[in-house]
Amino acid sequence: MTLELAADQGVSVAERSVEDSPLAIRGLTVSYGQKPAVFSVDMTVQPGAMTAIIGPNGAGKSTLLKAALGIVSPLSGQVTVYGKPLADQRARIAYVPQRASVDWDFPTRVIDVVLMGLSRQLGLLGRVRARHMASAMDCLRRVGMRDFADRQIGQLSGGQQQRVFLARALAQDADLYLLDEPFAGVDAATEKAIIEVLKSLREGGKTVVVVHHDLATVTDYFDHVFLINTRKVVEGPVAQAFTAETLQSAYGGRLATAQIDQISRALG
Amino acid sequence: MSGEEFVPLSLTPLLIGTFAAIACALPGNFLVLRKQALIGDAISHVVLPGIVVAFLLTGAISTWPMMLGAAGAAVVAVVMIEAIRRLGQIEPGAAMGVVFTTMFAGGVLLLEQTDTSTVHLDVEHALYGNLESLIWLDAVGWSSLWDTEALAGLPPELPRIALTLIGVILFIWLFWRPLKISTFDEGFARTIGIRTGALGMALVIIAAIAAVAAFDAVGSIIVIAMFICPPAAARMMTNRLETQIAWSVGFAVLSAVSGYVLAGYGPLWLGSTDAVSAAGMIATMSGLILACAAVWGPCRNRAGAPGTA
Repeated sequence: MTLELAADQGVSVAERSVEDSPLAIRGLTVSYGQKPAVFSVDMTVQPGAMTAIIGPNGAGKSTLLKAALGIVSPLSGQVTVYGKPLADQRARIAYVPQRASVDWDFPTRVIDVVLMGLSRQLGLLGRVRARHMASAMDCLRRVGMRDFADRQIGQLSGGQQQRVFLARALAQDADLYLLDEPFAGVDAATEKAIIEVLKSLREGGKTVVVVHHDLATVTDYFDHVFLINTRKVVEGPVAQAFTAETLQSAYGGRLATAQIDQISRALG
Repeated sequence: MSGEEFVPLSLTPLLIGTFAAIACALPGNFLVLRKQALIGDAISHVVLPGIVVAFLLTGAISTWPMMLGAAGAAVVAVVMIEAIRRLGQIEPGAAMGVVFTTMFAGGVLLLEQTDTSTVHLDVEHALYGNLESLIWLDAVGWSSLWDTEALAGLPPELPRIALTLIGVILFIWLFWRPLKISTFDEGFARTIGIRTGALGMALVIIAAIAAVAAFDAVGSIIVIAMFICPPAAARMMTNRLETQIAWSVGFAVLSAVSGYVLAGYGPLWLGSTDAVSAAGMIATMSGLILACAAVWGPCRNRAGAPGTA
């Protein structure tokens, strides 16, 4: 019953803001087999904000993002990007997949990966010109990886690889940035570099959505949270939606009480 | 060797062998990186039911219907492999294993249950060509290259494999960027609007067509070797896909030429009187090149391998 209530509330909020929401999801259900990974989820991303998608392992965080982007096919549901169907708005979206989702032994250099972010501009047979190169190098500079442009991507550390992925997203010059676990397994310097870039994007009026796993940094990094455990638990500003109660409801027994206490203290 | 001897006896098998090697090595680069390289092996098995069906429909052992049957079976097989891989969400190797054993078994069953078993329907004869037999008897020397009458007597395998090679090159040239992006990062490729499913299917269909054309001309052993050995050796020479493609073409040509020459003359140099199979020697050479690249190649360390990352 409580879940249905949450869904009802989601719809009423949605009616007002779906037109100008960078990413609005309605009734999204995705299944990889018998059990749904994401069930009847509504989400309305706030423009110009940084939103964290949070939930326990296997809660469907990445799947939600992938289904919203059309990477996996949902069983049902609607996705609009700035009020229009996804297919018409691809140029406004930049996506950073999980680092572990690709084979880093692939024979390519750092700069080639960043140039992939310009492929919509380049088209099928367009040549890479000096201005494309300059723009890709500038994206590498913004993530502090300028000196690594000619390296083979497998020679980088995990954090450096993550920064290269972020640079590729920057090269796409989008309005909505969707990142899947960008802080997973990266060093402290990289985490700082990435969050600085994301904050600068927000200051530039861009919208950022991040699948995030570290509860301790949520209040520092994000304005909005979206809690999910197959079904939506809650979404809203951090101050209202990221509480001991909502976390308990999302994580159930899986989140140790001690951890919740710690977070409650951090929240004041 | 003089032109009078070389042009009629060796030029066409060399060209056909080289074209077949390149036509398979080019898509092989992507198949190896996508961990689908065994598709060449799979295709060599699945063509059997296609050949049998073609024979049952036409009642004759002739090249074109059988090639079409083989190509049809190959396309059915790659579509089935892709469908099973996606719908079952299993790895490509498992999907290939299911499809090619089933289709090969189906071919054997068809062969046994119809009258074809009484006819001498020899798969080897029908499709698994013999490189040495593709000679150009109408040629008298280099001048024959400008002689339309002599050119009309070219073995039909040569224009077929040349056309296939042109098709393969055009496909890779045209779809270079989407192929590269979707091979590296399929999820990202989809978000920028690349239709990765259709593209992946097109790649394996192109590979299947190249394989069938090459089976017809040179036999299955080269096909299976050329899909894997030159691209795998090339990967260990460079860390850039563009350069890897160039190396793989170079290795394919080197295998074809050195294999053909060694098969013809190697045994004579060793004091034997008979030549050995050119197709087998070409495959052996590609294997040797791969072994050399694995030992001395500058980029043979998997920097991204688990444990060293």
